[in-house]
Amino acid sequence: MRARVLVRPKAGILDPQGQAVERALPALGFAGVVNVHVGRLIELDVEDASQLPAMCEKLLANPLIEDYEILEHAAVGADSR
Amino acid sequence: MKFGVVRFPGSCDEVDAQLAASRAGGTVLLWHGDRDLQGVDAVIVPGGFSYGDYLRAGAIARFSPVMGSVRRFAHDGGLVLGICNGFQVLCEAGLLPGALLPNVGLRFLCRQVDCTVVNAGTPFTCACGEGDRLSIPVKHTTGRFYAPDEVLEGMEAHGQIVLRYAPGCNPNGSVRDIAGVANPEGNVFGLMPHPEHAVDLLTGSRDGLVVFQSMRDHTGGAVAA
Repeated sequence: MRARVLVRPKAGILDPQGQAVERALPALGFAGVVNVHVGRLIELDVEDASQLPAMCEKLLANPLIEDYEILEHAAVGADSR
Repeated sequence: MKFGVVRFPGSCDEVDAQLAASRAGGTVLLWHGDRDLQGVDAVIVPGGFSYGDYLRAGAIARFSPVMGSVRRFAHDGGLVLGICNGFQVLCEAGLLPGALLPNVGLRFLCRQVDCTVVNAGTPFTCACGEGDRLSIPVKHTTGRFYAPDEVLEGMEAHGQIVLRYAPGCNPNGSVRDIAGVANPEGNVFGLMPHPEHAVDLLTGSRDGLVVFQSMRDHTGGAVAA
């Protein structure tokens, strides 16, 4: 099964990368953009999708500083490789 | 006193760590793929970019064979010092509380900073006085220490905050100016500044030596007792 894991900085933790992008957009003429956060996308094929949460807890994310969201095949959509 | 310095693929400060530790005792390199700690009295997890720091700094290194042995060594009370990337590895391994985040300025920093010894009662600082100021270099991109408030309160209460950046010297936005922390038992210590790069006046400061001397003094005392 193809899965995607979205990892993002936990709410409330300063995200200077997101802030830098947020500041860059108006400089390019894109107005009205707020709450920019930069995270990580991990794509993987797994035989047993039930292992995904444990993979996230143990390696793919650091739960102290990051939230993760697992998107399995159906939600990944037709563009998945 | 025998120090073991771990070498991961991507380590780059293990030679300086050995050099610094050699001023306080004997040293041996510990290969990441080996489980044998060779009877060392203390383990140093050095700086660098272990396993390329892929995914997150230190995230992969914590699963290496040598780290399984280091974990047991630490649980048995052995002294473990993590410097920079080594600090990140120990946090990822759960041997130290908290995590290291990208510097608030998003830049790689390489400069001398002043740190204050907050707790001189640990095996890593027992040759210092409380409040001593140490001039030690930092060189990192991911050095902003973070832990949730409730964790920080517990750390403050248990003397786990060992080293702070001196007022006005916090280079990376670390919470509460934290530069180095210990586990509750006090036998595992991690810090972002590099004491091993400050052991000779040739490079500007020898204030880092005190960390290795403290470890030696602590170990010597333990043997004598």
